[in-house]
Amino acid sequence: MPAKTFLNYYLKESKVERILFGDNQFFGVNHMSEEKARAQAMKFQDIKAIIDVLDAAYDEGIKVFMCTTHERIGEVCDHMRAHPERYKDFQFYPCMPYAHKYANAVTEMGILEALKSFLPEEGAFNAMFKGGMSLAQKDVEGLGQLLIDAEMKMFHDLQTPVIFLQNVVTDLLLGLDFKEAFRIFADHVKNKYNAEPGFITMNMPKLLDVLEELGIENPIVCSNINKIGFRMCGGVDAYENAIAKRHFRPVAMSVFASGAIAPKEALEYVCQQEKIESIVFGASSRGNIRQTKQLIDQMSSYA
Amino acid sequence: MIRVALIGLGKMGLSHHAIINPHPDVKLVAVCDSSGYVLDILNKYVGIKCHTDYKKMLAEEQLDAVFIATPSRFHGEMVRAALDMNLHVFCEKPFCLDLTDGQRLMELAESKGLVNQVGYHYRFVATFQEMKRLVDANAIGRIHHIRAEAYGPVVLKPKGSTWRTSRSEGGGCLYDYASHGIDLVNYIVGRPHSVGGTVLSKVFSRDVEDEVYSTFYYPDGKTGQIAANWSDESYRKMSTSVTIWGANGKITADRQEVHIYLRDGSNEKLNLSKGWNTRYTTELTGEVWYYLRGEEYSAQIDHFIQSIKSGCRDTRSTFRSALEADLVAAMMIQDAKNSHVDAAFPAGIGSAPAKKGKLWPSFARNLLD
Repeated sequence: MPAKTFLNYYLKESKVERILFGDNQFFGVNHMSEEKARAQAMKFQDIKAIIDVLDAAYDEGIKVFMCTTHERIGEVCDHMRAHPERYKDFQFYPCMPYAHKYANAVTEMGILEALKSFLPEEGAFNAMFKGGMSLAQKDVEGLGQLLIDAEMKMFHDLQTPVIFLQNVVTDLLLGLDFKEAFRIFADHVKNKYNAEPGFITMNMPKLLDVLEELGIENPIVCSNINKIGFRMCGGVDAYENAIAKRHFRPVAMSVFASGAIAPKEALEYVCQQEKIESIVFGASSRGNIRQTKQLIDQMSSYA
Repeated sequence: MIRVALIGLGKMGLSHHAIINPHPDVKLVAVCDSSGYVLDILNKYVGIKCHTDYKKMLAEEQLDAVFIATPSRFHGEMVRAALDMNLHVFCEKPFCLDLTDGQRLMELAESKGLVNQVGYHYRFVATFQEMKRLVDANAIGRIHHIRAEAYGPVVLKPKGSTWRTSRSEGGGCLYDYASHGIDLVNYIVGRPHSVGGTVLSKVFSRDVEDEVYSTFYYPDGKTGQIAANWSDESYRKMSTSVTIWGANGKITADRQEVHIYLRDGSNEKLNLSKGWNTRYTTELTGEVWYYLRGEEYSAQIDHFIQSIKSGCRDTRSTFRSALEADLVAAMMIQDAKNSHVDAAFPAGIGSAPAKKGKLWPSFARNLLD
């Protein structure tokens, strides 16, 4: 890492907010029940219903919305921009990309055409292929930057201090051993958006090894952390060990394992691990948001 | 270490690559694809050995097994080449579009005692495994109907031209979506002996079907139905479910949960109460060494590798069972060409021309008369 980037990185490294509000409930994602997911998708098909819940979370003191770059988030962004006073402390932690958009497009169009369809303008993409040169010889970094920019477009003029790479992409790149892509992501997010890179993964201990090797210091890594080890590859012990001993900023998601663990028990498990910086959770009602936040606050204060 | 190579770097190929690579018992030796751009990137950034000619790769590399994730029309020749070199083979679905070819390959793999598996990953989803376990344990008594459904948002507008939009290459909703439903039906209650009322309709595609419906018949009187539609935007990704009705209740399963309804009393042996019981993926799913996009994708690869290691040749999704899925799909294509019962109106009713339809049931004519 060049000295300037390194310094820059350290100067602005900040604590991740303790409580992050997630968005799975808004888009029909529920890892335990498709029926529940569908009911939620219906409930939140009107953007106002989403805003109401975000307002409730914000008024309860949760300032961060950790959200996928789903196209409907664009409408949320419009709302926030239209009411700057109301949301002056509101922050987005975008998680990119919304992978199903890509996966469905790849099935329909093939990899190259799918990439093309998500870039801002065809000219930029075509320019990369001119002269019959292959993508690799040209500019993978440039392509990566264009894809990141396309996903970030909806957040213009809003606060995005942390930008996450979604787990399906992180874990695809990690499995392939495509380490350079993590560096491309981290650099672009820092340089262009003045934000900190975050990585969502289902294979946390393994990802830490690679980020360490790349010299990405004290990374923000979001992974499932729950008592029953649901989608924690490497196992509960390896996770607990990594959290206790390794130098990174852990963000816990899926702490309730989609409802398989009772709230109090689930949050106790996470809050007891002092080095976990943040907890992301989703809820659909003010009552649930308040209750969960109170539990986290209580347990964090005497942890 | 099991030494493997991978042919085909499309969506499934890349996914397999990312899952195979971290497997503790496997060394991914080389990959092969005909197109340059993905290969160039992997070669440059991942450092894996890349080939563009699979025959050359099979000849040059020291291998134990090969993963084939090319469009289905290439499966036949590639599987044969691999088997001829005594390699264990994992092949993507659908297995082989030519049934005769498929049968020969199945026989070749079995006679050589090589591990053979096809990527019907729903067989590795814990909820569907639980469903099969309960059916096999006779939890809901004699089965009289099974219904498999698969919906998702793949083709949502009139365009697109990849191999998936060409039936002869193994594309279309039948091979892409419905085949999973067919295979699950075969897995859980066995293959139907005949099919009827098959509908293969286009919604947006020009050359292939976007929706599939069919009825399955079994010798014991049991029936099945299949419904698949890959032009349904209300789903954010492919969503598959199976419902089974038995004389003593029903079971419904999707990727997340299994619901069991028992009519008569509880079943202590299976830990089921009278009425509704629910089992969730969180309690049913075993841990995998690497997670990319669902435990089942990792589990099927591990199953293949462990089969090679243990000498077990009877995988959970063999060439034989995949050929049976291909056979049912072929029956459905044939059936869809069959003529239907016409609404030939009896004379004097409405404005329809007086046509004495031989298929118009006499009881209906009597009613109308």
